[in-house]
Amino acid sequence: MSTAPAGAAVCADTARATGGGGVTLRLAYYPGCSLHSTGWEFDASTRAVCAALGIELREVPGWTCCGSSSAHTRPGPLARALGLRNLVLAEGTGQEVLVPCAACYNVLKGADAAWRAGEEEAQEAARLVEEGLGRPYRGEVAVRHVLEVLGQPGVLEALRARLKSPWRVPVVPYYGCLLSRPSSQLGCDRPEQPVLMDRVLEAIGAEVRPWSYKTDCCGASLTISHAPVVEVLVNELIKQARRAGAVALVTACPMCHANLDSRQSVTPPMPVLYVTEAVGIALGLPEARRWLGAHLVDARGLLGPPGEMVP
Amino acid sequence: MTLAEEIRERSGQDINSCYQCHKCSGGCPVTFVCDLPLSGLVRALQLGLRDVALASRLVWLCSGCRACFERCPNGIDGARVLDALKAMAKEADRVEDPQVAAFHDAFLGMVRRFGRAYELGMMAEYKLRTGTLTQDVPLGMKMMARRKLRLLPSLAPRRGDLGRLFREGVRYRKRQAGGDLA
Ligand code: SF4
Ligand code: SF4
Ligand code: SF4
Ligand code: SF4
Repeated sequence: MSTAPAGAAVCADTARATGGGGVTLRLAYYPGCSLHSTGWEFDASTRAVCAALGIELREVPGWTCCGSSSAHTRPGPLARALGLRNLVLAEGTGQEVLVPCAACYNVLKGADAAWRAGEEEAQEAARLVEEGLGRPYRGEVAVRHVLEVLGQPGVLEALRARLKSPWRVPVVPYYGCLLSRPSSQLGCDRPEQPVLMDRVLEAIGAEVRPWSYKTDCCGASLTISHAPVVEVLVNELIKQARRAGAVALVTACPMCHANLDSRQSVTPPMPVLYVTEAVGIALGLPEARRWLGAHLVDARGLLGPPGEMVP
Repeated sequence: MTLAEEIRERSGQDINSCYQCHKCSGGCPVTFVCDLPLSGLVRALQLGLRDVALASRLVWLCSGCRACFERCPNGIDGARVLDALKAMAKEADRVEDPQVAAFHDAFLGMVRRFGRAYELGMMAEYKLRTGTLTQDVPLGMKMMARRKLRLLPSLAPRRGDLGRLFREGVRYRKRQAGGDLA
């Protein structure tokens, strides 16, 4: 098997600097289903922020669903195969594939890690995928989450240089489960205390509040089948975010976002932002108003100048 | 075959290495709604208590967060053990939480058909299967108004190869149980 592509991880302290000084990057782009529906504003803000920073995205042609939190409940190679199928397609599009959805990131990176480790189900999956697509998986594409791209030194620098106005909002970064666990497959060295989103938020001027719930589960996979259980988990996260002094939660996952945005039942409600939306606001992108207008908990109060923020 | 051996075959996890430190249960987000925490369920498996394990709420309430795997000093991936128990419960026709099972079936059904998740279709199917017709309707309306639910599925092009990936699981399991893969 080939050697692992040089890759960062979401919870590594510093992300790898990519060649080209960070600002002329060309990446394959795997949006995933959520970004075409419930999380369209994550897609729009990711594309807009990348364009503003000089990062070029090419959508992987013919991508299919990664299988998310359901495929692994089936015995056999299905879950690995759904991941590997998309990696084969991504391999034909670029050397690195940008994946904004934490669930997709987890599935794609996990499938690659299992294949590399020689896991039996992954080998079987690779065989099936090769038969179907007529192309083998070569293991030559690096899976990169949007936090890894935004958090690499060159991009952080570009971000600081292009800030329209610092986004001085007290927030807590919420990573959820899927960006860091299992760390053995995702390659994180600090799964209990990731800091990459903290770095990105600091770069745009946000006041990042410390809290110990960064990677606690929000229960999104149960949001349809067991809404009352999920409400308990979500309300606890909101309560702790408020206790930490935050006026908003920032996520990097469409499932966490939909879940936190729709299942909270606290007064007053707390806005939940995508990290790319926060970056877009700080870059002065006018589309930000439209993105924030799509949330269930109105977040447009966070667009204005700091003095007028609604807590 | 002992129950522990069956779990190992299906999930690749060696539950006999568990020494009941309870770290997994401490970090599990759904312990508070379960009859048995994960460490207790693993103990039941060690003791061969098949009925207790299959009836445990955790089998279906596991969110897949992997906190247990991350923290287990013996490297046991609880989520994979629970996935194996879901499959065993299905085979034995003893699905204790039909709502979760219906959710996964509806979700994967859409992916198989369209190549991509289709929330509206999935919700309709889930509601028909579970009889929860009115639940979350106001939420759905709000999401629709915000263009968060598509009326029609987004179709992945050239997805003809997907069907086989879905069918293969059953055959794989049969071969596994038949010992061909050992
Ligand atoms: S996370 Fe959901 S939505 Fe995103 S691709 Fe994977 S399954 Fe499809
Ligand atoms: S629920 Fe949220 S936090 Fe838990 S696994 Fe899913 S995305 Fe992660
Ligand atoms: S993966 Fe499942 S069993 Fe393990 S800690 Fe998370 S919810 Fe609990
Ligand atoms: S963490 Fe591992 S060893 Fe400890 S009780 Fe749970 S399964 Fe057993």
